[in-house]
Amino acid sequence: MEIKSLYREIVNEHNLYPGHKYDLENPTMVLQGINPSCGDDINLQLRIEDDIITDASFNGSGCAISQASADMMIDLIIGKRKEEALRLAETFMGMIKGTATAGQIESLEEAAALQDISHMPARVKCAVLGWRTMRQMLEEINK
Amino acid sequence: MNPYRKDFPIFEGNDKIYFDNAATTQRPARVFAEMTAFNDTCNANPLRGLYAWSVEATDRYEQARHTAAAFIGAAQDCQIIFTRNATESINLVAYTWGMANIGEGDEILISIMEHHSNILPWQMVARQKKARLVYLECLPDGTITDEEIESKLTDRTKLVGIGHVSNVMGVTNPVEKIIALAHQKGAVVLVDGAQSAPHMPIDVRKMDADFFAFSGHKLCGPMGIGVLYGKKELLEDMPPFLTGGEMIEYVTRESATYAELPHKFEAGTVNATGAVGLEAAIRYIQEIGFETIMKTEETLTARLIARLRETPHVTVYGQEDPSKHCGIVTFNIEGCHPHDVASVLDTENIYIRAGHHCAQPLMKWMGVGSTARASLYFYNTEEEVDRFADKISQVRGWLGYGD
Repeated sequence: MEIKSLYREIVNEHNLYPGHKYDLENPTMVLQGINPSCGDDINLQLRIEDDIITDASFNGSGCAISQASADMMIDLIIGKRKEEALRLAETFMGMIKGTATAGQIESLEEAAALQDISHMPARVKCAVLGWRTMRQMLEEINK
Repeated sequence: MNPYRKDFPIFEGNDKIYFDNAATTQRPARVFAEMTAFNDTCNANPLRGLYAWSVEATDRYEQARHTAAAFIGAAQDCQIIFTRNATESINLVAYTWGMANIGEGDEILISIMEHHSNILPWQMVARQKKARLVYLECLPDGTITDEEIESKLTDRTKLVGIGHVSNVMGVTNPVEKIIALAHQKGAVVLVDGAQSAPHMPIDVRKMDADFFAFSGHKLCGPMGIGVLYGKKELLEDMPPFLTGGEMIEYVTRESATYAELPHKFEAGTVNATGAVGLEAAIRYIQEIGFETIMKTEETLTARLIARLRETPHVTVYGQEDPSKHCGIVTFNIEGCHPHDVASVLDTENIYIRAGHHCAQPLMKWMGVGSTARASLYFYNTEEEVDRFADKISQVRGWLGYGD
């Protein structure tokens, strides 16, 4: 997909009208994720109860792709067990690297729209910022 | 039609708008033709061979040095050290002059507008020598006032590192004034000419710079060749930067004596092909002439800034006067991250830079995370400026805004 269509069809909506861009009242985990070279900055907030992500949100600033990707990710992970969220993160990273199968990519639902970012090397780190941050948080619990 | 366009093979048969000239410029065919001629007729290791090709290679290399010296008004060829780029030139000064002459409690003065390449080497020296790194602040439009210069220069100032032209603001800094005042305090001044040497005549002696650094690739030359100019007495007193072949007189098991200038600072086999390319680029620029280059850039910049200023939601940074931009126009579109702006413009075959421009302290001072930057050169055209401005007015639409 050409990047303008990508913006039009999916990124702009989540960037300009995000569903999850606010502070959670009672998060159990909070982590800041940054892309120092572009200044993308998100503050990811999770509420995890009995290994289930019962709520999630983010705040921050950055390019449309970084913000929209985080918003789409949160859509997907609310209500999931943390192992499942980690598996989705692996799938997302795999999709961006071009190693995920079509079946796996389907499990990403709307976030699968970012598949073509894999052809835009300069924007990869924007797309994975939210996922990378979430993975770091969930792996921290497992330590 | 711009008469120089045809000299550049990269523009043939496409409609790409290349507005990232502050990052690197395009190269005319003749630069690589000269490099190929060197390769095909006299390639040998310069400076030591006892046969014709090596003698010829040495001549070509030294001829390039002579051309570079004349280009910036150096008195003698031996004051020109070939490096990889301006960054390496500045590092050379930091690691040699800086480490030998800056001590505890001394001050290094640089401006807030410096490129990282004129910040990090001095942070390193300051850290290792327990010296203080002091910043010249500027006004919102990039002006450094006389009062600011006078108040920041002290008896402890050992070195001033100043960009001649800011790669973000495009503003030309008052280097002659800074140098004169710094010399009164006994400080040495390094001028980072990476963004000035391609756009205006340079006279290092008139300026009275102690060191002057520039890159070849920003003035139509190849990547990987740059210049450090230094005053002879300073260069002679400095220890070598890198050591090895080509930079010695005698080597015993325990010690060595170093070669004369400039070879003392050019360890190992030199980039002769690059130097030949740089010379071809300098000659090309000289043929066009800075009068033409500056006039063309000024006309294009004025048009670009005027168009951007009349476009809703666009903020242009830097000086009001387009002639004080050196072809550099840094801007933002409200609500649009510069990386998104650059990505959508890419699909329109418009190439600009977006991000922090290797000047994060300046971005922070400006209160922006990042900016978009269009930077022009003499081969750009009014048609390109107009097409660019038309597309800029569509960016907010592409990024989902209703207006």
